[in-house]
Amino acid sequence: MARSIVPIRTGEDVVRVRQEVRRFAVEAGLGLVDQTKIVTAASELARNTLDYGKGGEASMDIVQNGARRGVRIVFEDHGPGIADIELALKDGYTSGRGMGLGLGGARRLCNEFTIASTPGKGTTVTIARWK
Amino acid sequence: MARQPASRLSALLSDSTQHILADWLAALKAAPDTRLSATELETQCESILTRLARACSDGNSGDIEAAAFVPLREMLDDISRTRATHGFSPTETATFLLSLKAPVFARLRAVLASDPEHLSAEMQSAGDLIDALGLFMMECYQRAREEVIIRQQTEISELSTPVVKLWQGILALPLIGTLDSARTQVVMENLLDSIVRYEADIAIIDITGVPTVDTLVAQHLLKTVAAARLMGADCIISGIRPQIAQTMVHLGVELNVISKANLSDAFALALRRLGKVVVNQRRPTPAEPV
Amino acid sequence: MDRIPILKLGEALLVTIQVDMHDRLAMALEEDLTARIVDHSAKGVLIDISALEIVDSFIGRTLANIAMIAKVLDADTVVVGMRPAVAITLVELGLSLPGVRTALNAERGMAMIKSRIDDAAMIATDEDEGGP
Repeated sequence: MARSIVPIRTGEDVVRVRQEVRRFAVEAGLGLVDQTKIVTAASELARNTLDYGKGGEASMDIVQNGARRGVRIVFEDHGPGIADIELALKDGYTSGRGMGLGLGGARRLCNEFTIASTPGKGTTVTIARWK
Repeated sequence: MARQPASRLSALLSDSTQHILADWLAALKAAPDTRLSATELETQCESILTRLARACSDGNSGDIEAAAFVPLREMLDDISRTRATHGFSPTETATFLLSLKAPVFARLRAVLASDPEHLSAEMQSAGDLIDALGLFMMECYQRAREEVIIRQQTEISELSTPVVKLWQGILALPLIGTLDSARTQVVMENLLDSIVRYEADIAIIDITGVPTVDTLVAQHLLKTVAAARLMGADCIISGIRPQIAQTMVHLGVELNVISKANLSDAFALALRRLGKVVVNQRRPTPAEPV
Repeated sequence: MDRIPILKLGEALLVTIQVDMHDRLAMALEEDLTARIVDHSAKGVLIDISALEIVDSFIGRTLANIAMIAKVLDADTVVVGMRPAVAITLVELGLSLPGVRTALNAERGMAMIKSRIDDAAMIATDEDEGGP
């Protein structure tokens, strides 16, 4: 399955990301609960990209690690970036209104989660879920 | 100059199939086995010889990994699997094939009587080839056994997470055995799906059969309870043994869910919560005659 | 833009969310519900999410907001039909839904709302009769 890139500019794009990630998760053979987890994590991150990152894009692939299949998604924006990543990953952190979840919660839903951010330059979050 | 050993073997096998087959079967039937019928045995031996002859006919050096050997390997794999499921030992399975050496050697000796130099070379390579095939059969056997074990494990884990409907609106989940991460996932999903299917108000999770409850297991249980509550049902935990209660307190695990000592207490509580009362009939219903 | 339909069911309002909600739709729902609760003096709001395959923190916030607004306007909120996979994911996400009662299905949810309406009515009657 070829890589898919979804631009994130509007609220409708967040829905599009969910649907596309779902498609990839099904293709990778993930069970229903695993699908739900990765799609929910992607939704959180897509929303972050939109609300805090001022828009960006999500690119997704099917990945293979020996006999295991999975789906990997990279969220990239060129927004303000996150100054203190450690703090952002803690539950309860928020720089806007909200329940203060987001990154920490999304991380718990994924098998792999890496984040790189430079204030003033942007943020890149990579997540993956395996079968 | 070494002659291609396989070419000689191939000719031998094609020309003397019936001879070798008869000798081979005679040796096998000397130790009769009720697990295999005579017809089955004959068919298998004949098919093996035919495919072996064909495999060697390409003049290859007896490399059983070669493409020419695929039909033979498939047949041997099938036979190994059948032997595995019928309770043959790995030795018996390999010996079956290794016993082909004697008749082949006898035939080689007869044909190459006048050529002693090449006789020993042919016997060596024929022996190597049959040994390799025998080892291959053992590996197939092992693989087949592993698959059986994995399948049985899956069946066991499915069997040990049954959900029981105790009453309209009340489910019981008697857990048996150790709870690891993977199993707990299955258990959780099973319970929540059952709550939807049976429209349950209360699910009783009985852990009498769970030997140890550490922080991880307790966390899994709590997550299950939290998920059930989010869906609109509630849970009661029952069957917490005294040692487990002690361990949990010492570990600092807080179970924010009602727990009862045993399943019947939990059931009684569930009935009360649903507003049900058990009353004595004036005359109990007698058991029906068999 | 489509708006999510709101039905009147006795003294309660019923909302069935069947589409993947984006921001504007969620905001519109909040506005519409707030208006309708007042219009009908509704005592309860039933939100059916049985068609939702995903509930992320944004949707969770929306549900919690609706519950808070309804409470201020003297109405109870019951969310029904949460799917098992969604429930498991929400627990893992660490999302709780403060102020939101849940029930297995619409029938149970309505029964819950109705019993609270009845309780409230009984108390009101007692207060009336206990006058000077």
